[in-house]
Amino acid sequence: MSTLELRGLRKDFGATKVLQSIDLTLASGEMLVIVGVSGCGKSTLLRLVAGLETPSDGKILLDGVDITRQDPAKRDIAMVFQNYALYPHMTVAQNMSYALKLRGETQSEITRKVAEAAAQLGLSDLLARHPRDLSGGQRQRVAMGRAIVRQPKMFLFDEPLSNLDAKLRVTMRAEIRRLQQRLKVTSLYVTHDQLEAMTMADRLIVMEAGRVSQIATPMEVFERPANLFVAGFIGAPAMNILQPERAGISDVPVKTLVGIRPEHIKVVDHGRTLTIDLVEPLGAETLIHGTLPCGQRLTLKRPGGPPDVSELQIDLPNNLLHVFDAASGARR
Amino acid sequence: MKSKPDYLAHGILLLGVALFILPMWVMLAGATEDAGAIARGGLSLMPDFRHIGIFWQALFAGGTSREGDPVWHMLLVSFVMAVAIAVGKIFISVLSAFAVVFFRFPFRKLAFWTIFLTLMLPIEVRIIPSYAVVSTLGMVNNFSGLTLPLMASATATLLFRQVFTALPDELVEAARLDGARPLQFLRDMVLPVSRANFAALFVILFVYGWNQYLWPLLATSNPAYTTVVLGIVQMMAPDQMTPWNQIMAITTLALLPPIAVVLLLQRAFVRGLAEVDK
Amino acid sequence: MDRRTIFSGWALPLALVTPQLALTCIFFLWPAARALQEAVTATDPFGTATIFVGLANFAALFADPLYWAAIWRTVFFCAAVSGIAMALGLLFAVFAERVIAGRHWYRTLLIWPYAVAPALTAVLFVFLFDPAIGLIGRHLGARWNYALNGNQAMGLAIFASAWKQVSYNFIFYVAALQTVPRSLIEAATLDGANARKRFQSIVWPMLFPTTMFLLVVNLVYAAFDTFSLIYAMTGGGPAGATETLVVKVYEDGYVGNDLGGSSAQSVVLMLLVMALVALQFRFLGRKTPT
Repeated sequence: MSTLELRGLRKDFGATKVLQSIDLTLASGEMLVIVGVSGCGKSTLLRLVAGLETPSDGKILLDGVDITRQDPAKRDIAMVFQNYALYPHMTVAQNMSYALKLRGETQSEITRKVAEAAAQLGLSDLLARHPRDLSGGQRQRVAMGRAIVRQPKMFLFDEPLSNLDAKLRVTMRAEIRRLQQRLKVTSLYVTHDQLEAMTMADRLIVMEAGRVSQIATPMEVFERPANLFVAGFIGAPAMNILQPERAGISDVPVKTLVGIRPEHIKVVDHGRTLTIDLVEPLGAETLIHGTLPCGQRLTLKRPGGPPDVSELQIDLPNNLLHVFDAASGARR
Repeated sequence: MKSKPDYLAHGILLLGVALFILPMWVMLAGATEDAGAIARGGLSLMPDFRHIGIFWQALFAGGTSREGDPVWHMLLVSFVMAVAIAVGKIFISVLSAFAVVFFRFPFRKLAFWTIFLTLMLPIEVRIIPSYAVVSTLGMVNNFSGLTLPLMASATATLLFRQVFTALPDELVEAARLDGARPLQFLRDMVLPVSRANFAALFVILFVYGWNQYLWPLLATSNPAYTTVVLGIVQMMAPDQMTPWNQIMAITTLALLPPIAVVLLLQRAFVRGLAEVDK
Repeated sequence: MDRRTIFSGWALPLALVTPQLALTCIFFLWPAARALQEAVTATDPFGTATIFVGLANFAALFADPLYWAAIWRTVFFCAAVSGIAMALGLLFAVFAERVIAGRHWYRTLLIWPYAVAPALTAVLFVFLFDPAIGLIGRHLGARWNYALNGNQAMGLAIFASAWKQVSYNFIFYVAALQTVPRSLIEAATLDGANARKRFQSIVWPMLFPTTMFLLVVNLVYAAFDTFSLIYAMTGGGPAGATETLVVKVYEDGYVGNDLGGSSAQSVVLMLLVMALVALQFRFLGRKTPT
C-alpha cells in the first residue's frame, strides 16, 4: 500500500542530539518495530514521521513524496497512542467518526465504515459508550478502530500496550499483529518490550542513543546480534557476556568479549564447575544463576524443575558462542 | 466517628445561617409592612401577607421607583447587562486563551502580560478617566458604554489558560492527526471539555455584572438605563420620605436573579471558584 | 508552563487576541494613561492651561494630613473586614466539614450570600440599623446614630462589609479542608490528639497557603469592592469618618473636581493593587498540592 523512506533524519533538542542520521526503508505492508530503552529516540522518530515534530535535518518520503515539513493533518497517517488519546466527551462511535467527519464524508458512508471497523475489533456493542466507561483493553481497541476507519497510508503505534496488564498485553499483541497482517497496512511500531518486538515484527530495528544498532528480521537479530547492546537487549533472560581469558575460553581473538545465551549452556557430566547461588523455577523451565571458578557470573536456562544440587558441570559449546570486539562492542 | 449529634457544630452553623437569613427576613417583613408603620418605628418581624401585592405593584405598576418607572424595566436592564458581561467576557477570554496557549506568534508574551495587567486595574481605580474615555467615544447612556469597560478583565482568560494548558498533549495530537485545523479543534475538543468551567464562570461574571454600582452610576444618566441596584440606592436619597416598604420589595426582586443563578449552578460554581482563584 | 503541542501559524492567533487586546487598550490602558497624565499635571484656576508639574501632586498628597488619615483609616478598615470575614469563614467551614447530617443544606445556606451586591448589603443594613426605624437600630439606645457618630459608622461599615465576604472565604476554606488527607487526621487521633490539637498542629498549617491567598483577596475586596457599600451606607461620612482611599478618589475627583489630586490618588491605588496582585499570585502557586 505505501512505502516509507527516511534519509539522514536527525533531530536535536537544543544541544541534545536525540536522533543521529537515521536511514531506513519500509516496504509496503511491512510491520517494522523499533525497540530500545527510554530515551533512545524511538518515540521521537515516530513523532517525526507523524509530523508532530519537525526534523533538524533529513527527509521523510511517503510513497516517494517528500512530506518532511507537511502538516500532520494532511499526511493521511493514523497513530495509536500509548494513553489511547480517546476524546473523552465523545462516544466510541463519535471518536471513530471524527476524522471522517472532518474529511467531509457523508453520514451514511461514515456509519458504514465505523460499523465495519467496529465489527473487526469486536466493538459493535460499545459504540454508544464513552471512554470512561470502558476497560483498558476496550479503549485500546477503540484507539485502533479510530485508526483503521480512516484507511490511512500508514499506521504508527506508540507503545500502545504499555498501559495494559501482562495478560492483556499478550492477547492484544496477537490481535494487533493479526489485524495488521490482514489489512496489510504499512506500520511503524515503537516499544521498549523486546518480546513485543520479536513477536510482532517483520523486521526489527534496535535503537541505542539515537542511532540504529541493527535492522534485521527478528530471528536474525536474535541469532546474530550486531553488537553487545543488541545481544544484551534481545532475548530474556539476557545473554551472558564473559571475558574469555578469565573463563579459560580459547580459540577466540584477543581483546574480545564472548556471549552465550542461557538456553545454549549445556549441562554435562564433566566440564566447568558452576557454583549455584540462586534458582528461579518458571514452571516448565528453570533459571539457574551461579558463578564460574574464575568468578564471572552465569545464568543458564534449562527445561524441567529446579536441581537439588549446589553445583553443576556445564559446557559452553564453541559453535554457540558470539564474539564481540571488547572496545567497540561490534560483532566479530 | 461520633454517634451522638454534634451540638456545638450544629449550634455554630445555625447561628451562621441565622446571621445571613436575618437581613433577608427583615427585608421581606419590611416589604410587606405598611409604609407609615415603618416610619413610626413599628416594623414587626412577621411579614404581613395582606400587603403581598406590593411585589406585583412594584414590578409592573409605576409610582414606586424614583422616577416612577415600573421596576421590571430596571430588572431587564440589569439582566441584559449581566448576561452581556458574562457572555462577552467568556467569549473573548476563550479566544485569547486559546490563541496564547496553542500558538506561538510574535508579541505573544506581550499580549499575555497586557491582558494580565487588567487585574491591576479594578474599575474603582480607573473610574474617573474611564468615564472621560467613554464620554469621548460617545458611549455614555448606551449599552456599549455600560458593558464594554467591564468586559476585558483577565480573570476568565487566566482560568482558561490554565485549563487549556492542562489538556493532555495526546488529545491535541490525536485530533491533529485526524485532520483537525485549529478552529475545528477549538469547537470540537476544547469547548466541550471545558464545559464545567463555563458554568462556574457564568455564575461569577453574572453576579459581578448584576451587582455593579459605581460604573453604572457614572456611565448612565438616562433613567431608561438605570440598573435595579442603582435604582434602589437612588431611592434611599435622604431628601424625601423614604418608602422603605417599596425599597425592600424592590430589593427582594433584585436579589432573586443572582441568588437563583448561584443556587442553580452551585456545584459547578463552587468547584470552579476554587480554580478561578479570584 | 507552556504547552508542548501547538499549531503553526500567526495570523489566526493574532486575530483571536485582538478583541480582548482592543478592549484592554481602550478601556484599561487609555484611562490608566490619562490618570497618569492628570496626576503629573496641574490646571490653572481658569481651566485654560495645563502644565507639567512632575511629582508635585504626589508630594501634596503625602503632605496632606487628610490623606494620611484616609490611609490609616483604610488600613484599619481592611484589617478589620479581612480579619472578621476570614475568621468567620474558617469557623463555619470547619464545622460544616465536621457535621454529617444536613451538611449539604448548611453549605447551600452559607454560600448564597455571595450573590448579594455590596450596595444592597448597605441598603439592608441601613434598614436594620437605622436609629429610627431599624429593627435592631431602634433598640440600640439614644446614643446610636451612625449618621452623626463616626466610630459607629465605621463599625457598621466594617460589620456589613465582613458579612458580605464571609461566603467567599467559606467556599475556599471548605475546599481547602477537603484536601487535608484523612490519614493524617486519623494518625493524629491515634496519637492521642483531641479536636483542638488536631486543628492546631495539622489542619491550620496545611491551610496556610489558602489563608495567605484569601488574605490578599480580602484586602483587595475591602480596599476596592466596598466602595458601593460604604457610599450607599454613609456616603463616606459623617465628616469623612468612613472615607476610605477608594471613596476619597471618587469624592475628590467627581464631586470635588480636583483632577490632579484624584488622579494622583488613583495612581497610588494602582500601585497598591499591583503589589497585592503580585502577592496573590505568589501564593496562588502554592495554594493546592496538585
